[in-house]
Amino acid sequence: MADVRLSSISKRYGATAALTDVSLDIEDGDFVVMLGPTGAGKTTTLRLIAGLDKVDSGDITIDGYSVAGLTPAQRDVAMVFQQYSLYPHLSVRDNLAFPLKSPLMSLDKAAIERKVTEVAEVLHISHKLDNKATALSGGEMQRVSIGRALVRDPAIYLMDEPLSSLDAKLRSDLRVELKRVQADLGATLLYVTHDQIEAMTMATRVGVLDEGRLVQFGTPRDIYENPASLYVATRLGLPRINALPADVFGSGAPAGATTIGLRPEHIRQGEGRSTRVKRVEHLGDQTRLHLDLEGHSLVTLTDAHSALVPGDTVQVIPENPLWFDSDGARIG
Amino acid sequence: MSEIIIRNVRKEFDNFVAVQSSSFTIEDGEFFMLLGPSGCGKTTTLRMIAGLELPTSGEILIDGRDVSRLPASQRDIAFVFQMFALYPHMNVRNNITYPLKSQGMSRRDVRAKLAEVSAILGIEDILDKPVGGLSGGDRQRVALGRAIVRDPKAFMMDEPLGALDAEFREHMAEELRSLHDRMHATTVYVTHDQLEAMQMGDKIVVMNHGVIEQFGTPQDIYDRPETTFVAEFIGSPAMNLISFEGQLAAGDDAVSVGSHRVAVPQSSASASGKLVLGVRPEHVQLNDATSEGLAARVLAAEYLGTTQIVTLESDHGEVKARTAASTPVNVGENLRLGFDVRTLSLFDQADGKVIPSALHDAALSKTSVGAQARG
Repeated sequence: MADVRLSSISKRYGATAALTDVSLDIEDGDFVVMLGPTGAGKTTTLRLIAGLDKVDSGDITIDGYSVAGLTPAQRDVAMVFQQYSLYPHLSVRDNLAFPLKSPLMSLDKAAIERKVTEVAEVLHISHKLDNKATALSGGEMQRVSIGRALVRDPAIYLMDEPLSSLDAKLRSDLRVELKRVQADLGATLLYVTHDQIEAMTMATRVGVLDEGRLVQFGTPRDIYENPASLYVATRLGLPRINALPADVFGSGAPAGATTIGLRPEHIRQGEGRSTRVKRVEHLGDQTRLHLDLEGHSLVTLTDAHSALVPGDTVQVIPENPLWFDSDGARIG
Repeated sequence: MSEIIIRNVRKEFDNFVAVQSSSFTIEDGEFFMLLGPSGCGKTTTLRMIAGLELPTSGEILIDGRDVSRLPASQRDIAFVFQMFALYPHMNVRNNITYPLKSQGMSRRDVRAKLAEVSAILGIEDILDKPVGGLSGGDRQRVALGRAIVRDPKAFMMDEPLGALDAEFREHMAEELRSLHDRMHATTVYVTHDQLEAMQMGDKIVVMNHGVIEQFGTPQDIYDRPETTFVAEFIGSPAMNLISFEGQLAAGDDAVSVGSHRVAVPQSSASASGKLVLGVRPEHVQLNDATSEGLAARVLAAEYLGTTQIVTLESDHGEVKARTAASTPVNVGENLRLGFDVRTLSLFDQADGKVIPSALHDAALSKTSVGAQARG
């Protein structure tokens, strides 16, 4: 395992700037999650570290050494792609063992078998070891391809939305598993996703990307509680932060503020402005209240067995709001 | 729009039974979810309603008429596959009006219909654009427009949001639901995503291995799961299922989990042997080590902003709790777990079925849904 450092890297594809001046320190044992929507530059970052693409400018070092001239194989990284890529003619066991059979690894049979068994156990695919890779469900195939990375002990694991094709339960199981495996192995991991729950729950640190720029880097709590911009604030939190004109609750906005940002837990009910209930959404563990405040939509949470129905009136008042200027930058 | 009745419907493919024997009713104007993991038979069920598959046995009625043997074209149903299936060489207007023109509708009627549908969807200003250059959201609206414009008896949607990324998906889910609130068209929607089902559905059918596990409103299914499968499938994180050896007589209002006594809703049946206590993560209270309750040690805390999910290890397996993010929790700490008695379910481990209790009496007097699902 190792430190991985990106220094001012930029990358263009034709007229499109995929990454602009990104610097990032991934420390040994870090679980860094890059978060952003499609096109933000997440996958590009991984490909550059893996050596599948070359940086236009800037440098990438692994354990202090520049990897600029190295091929992907020489970089000692293990990558897991969004789309599983298995050898269809091989069994699950042989797919998992494949990376270990490389002449570079020089492992004996017993060691390989031990490693494969261990990883299969972690990923709950032990009972499928003798199946053909093609005889698996999508979720199982993806677990095998994660397993193929886990059998190795690279400088860094690079994962590109590896859970996005799995169903919710499997996804939440594997989130905890992956986090546990990473902590147990002391592995360094760079993981890209557009799923904020994955970012919040697994990351030691989260990097938020916006159109190729790294706009904030910090612990999940730091980013949630102290977002640098409205863009960052909308990336984390479900339901999403409410953004309304700064004066909608009357005076009190700091100078320069044009937007008030209210997380659902920052709205107190029972006093303040009157709003109309548009829809009550029962999600089991939480009940979302969709409100209308003078044509502005507002979402907050309420008691699971709330008797509120559409058309009712609810008074709301902000608590600990976040303020943003006209560029979306945070001001207090 | 219309009511759809599914009666003892079974579907076999060669030697594989995709749907065992399903019965449920989709009421007029409902947004109805078929939910389950891949391979559970939900898509096969949808395809049988649409007429893309014929049932091996059983009946499907639309507005009282048996359509079981009718081809898809005679059922008057609009099937929205992947939302992005548009004619790439046509503009928005032609994509939407194509189904009407091919039905031979007069030009004037087509124009009126187009105006109505594009107003509903808010796409009046893009009618002359080629579909190639549209954003994902607009493409989806156009695909919907093409389904709506026919005024079908019902809409069938097969994981229409499956391919979208999380953020856009949430946005389109809201839009689909609010469109439904305006049109009140009977909609049958297939998904494997329990949150999507909870968020959008009026009613949910939960399927597993070709069998209906439960049928009801989202909150009902969440609060009163009929089987351990449903308990685990609905909710994220899933309901905690705490296994223990125990006994329960009708009228009991507590069980012994190991040496610890847990208060439960008064049972209306007796059971013994391997039992399972079901408790939702938000109904687990974390108390300090000197309190009463199930002993547990903190393994991990997952921060989610408003709340956090705390994973604990107890003598009866792993337990997850959802608490306010502001509650301080230390990994390795020993705690005692309390449970919210009103919301607890007990299951028989042998068949995975719930043991009826006061929790269900309250539900049954309100609706007959539970009884149907158990039958």
